[in-house]
Amino acid sequence: MSLIKFCNVKKVYKSGVTAIYDLNLTIDKGEFVFVIGATGCGKSTLIKMLYREEKPTSGQIYVGGLDVARLRNSKVYKLRRKIGVVFQDFRLLPKLTVYENVAFALEIFGLPKSEIHGKVIKVLELVGLKNKAKHYSHELSGGEQQRVAIARAIVNGPKILICDEPTGNLDEGTSMEIMDVLEEINKIGTTVIMVTHDTEIVNKYKKRVILLDAGRLLKDYKEGTYNHESA
Amino acid sequence: MKALRILGRNIRDAFKSVFRNFSLSLASISCITITLLVVSISIILTYNVNNFAFLMEKDVTTVAFLKRGVTSEEILAVEEAINRLDHVENYEFKSKKEIAEEMMRSSDIFKTIMSQYTDEDNPLQDTFLIKVTDIEKIAEVADAIKEFENVDVVKYGEGMVEQLVAVFDIVRKISIGIVAALILVTSFLISNTIKITIFSRRREIQIMRLVGASNINIKIPFIFEGLFLGIMGSILPIIITTYGYFAFYKNFDGRLFSPFIRLIEPEPFVYGASAVLIIIGMSVGVLGSWRAVKKHLKI
Repeated sequence: MSLIKFCNVKKVYKSGVTAIYDLNLTIDKGEFVFVIGATGCGKSTLIKMLYREEKPTSGQIYVGGLDVARLRNSKVYKLRRKIGVVFQDFRLLPKLTVYENVAFALEIFGLPKSEIHGKVIKVLELVGLKNKAKHYSHELSGGEQQRVAIARAIVNGPKILICDEPTGNLDEGTSMEIMDVLEEINKIGTTVIMVTHDTEIVNKYKKRVILLDAGRLLKDYKEGTYNHESA
Repeated sequence: MKALRILGRNIRDAFKSVFRNFSLSLASISCITITLLVVSISIILTYNVNNFAFLMEKDVTTVAFLKRGVTSEEILAVEEAINRLDHVENYEFKSKKEIAEEMMRSSDIFKTIMSQYTDEDNPLQDTFLIKVTDIEKIAEVADAIKEFENVDVVKYGEGMVEQLVAVFDIVRKISIGIVAALILVTSFLISNTIKITIFSRRREIQIMRLVGASNINIKIPFIFEGLFLGIMGSILPIIITTYGYFAFYKNFDGRLFSPFIRLIEPEPFVYGASAVLIIIGMSVGVLGSWRAVKKHLKI
């Protein structure tokens, strides 16, 4: 069974703008998927519907067996526990240290301190920031902040990691570092869905590519490259 | 164990965030403090006015004068009739002889006058002194007694009593209205101040939602925070009310302007007032936080 399934999904915003027309899509466990397309093509809407910041106007979305479209506001946490989300602007809490930012995601579950400590250290090691655990986020570079955000997103061990242009604010070298981390996470078995503009990254990593154009699924390459002219 | 850990974390977080967002916490606390002080003053005023009204009302007595030359059987009949009436708190019979003795005791002039009469030609009348349970029923009771056989006249300070009752009733209603309005205004003010506090932390709430905290999970620390703010905000008003009222009572020796206006004794009144203040403080803190967080739990 597929991990994520979109069935005839349509999204019309209140302003009357249609962001997604009749989308059908399945993503299996363990995949690494790039979602690409021009600005305003519906990429962001697509992933916002995945973690239920937006609800589809019609159609069904299933994520790990949950019917996302019908999920009540008070039950959204059930979905969010299966998903980690990383944003372009990191969204870290400035008043907390790196360690506290990551531990934040575990503390709400009431885990014992020793268990939280073990998990946080392990995940900080994975993203290569173990030595910066006591720093505050403003003391870190952009790439490091994004790695903290990734650590926070995966510390719960989610099945799916959603990344909304995680390299959008970073230079090329740092972007590649982030990509290495994401690939590492994907190898552990986490499904990664990444929205990006970065042609170079898409071409270099040769993963599945979903190309959106004006709200429609234009192409779905198995091992694609991003060729802007073809879009 | 797990629930205990979550609770412990929530309380710890609430404490932390009160101090981490100290300037905004201080705004909420001082808002609570100031309004609770006003509430405290109006509670003290209301209670004292009510107490004074209550004491006055208790002192109002209806006097029923019996006809001249009633026999002891007839007096007994009147007593039984009074006994059967509703709204009678208690009554007391005074024979004309007793009244004469009282008068003679009270002043020398009365003594000289009264000593000219014997028990037989005593010009006074036998009376019943009646106290009613509810001052608003005094006219009703007086009218009923007037109808009894052998009752000559009934007096209860007509006119004056009705006016007094009306005035006290208005004062009571107004003061209760003021206290209620103050509490309402306080909770709005505090709710708004806490809203500002929480608005500055909406990102934190967003992230909590994002990493899978349930709504209850997110609300609880903020509710504890509201509770702390409420408690901290009521400390000063409680201290001021307690010591202030003790000092006020002592300074005026328990009376205001005249011996008739007695103040409520500070104990246990101030403890009750303090309890009311802290309860108001806590509940507006909790309610304010609850309302403010709710707005940010929609994404």
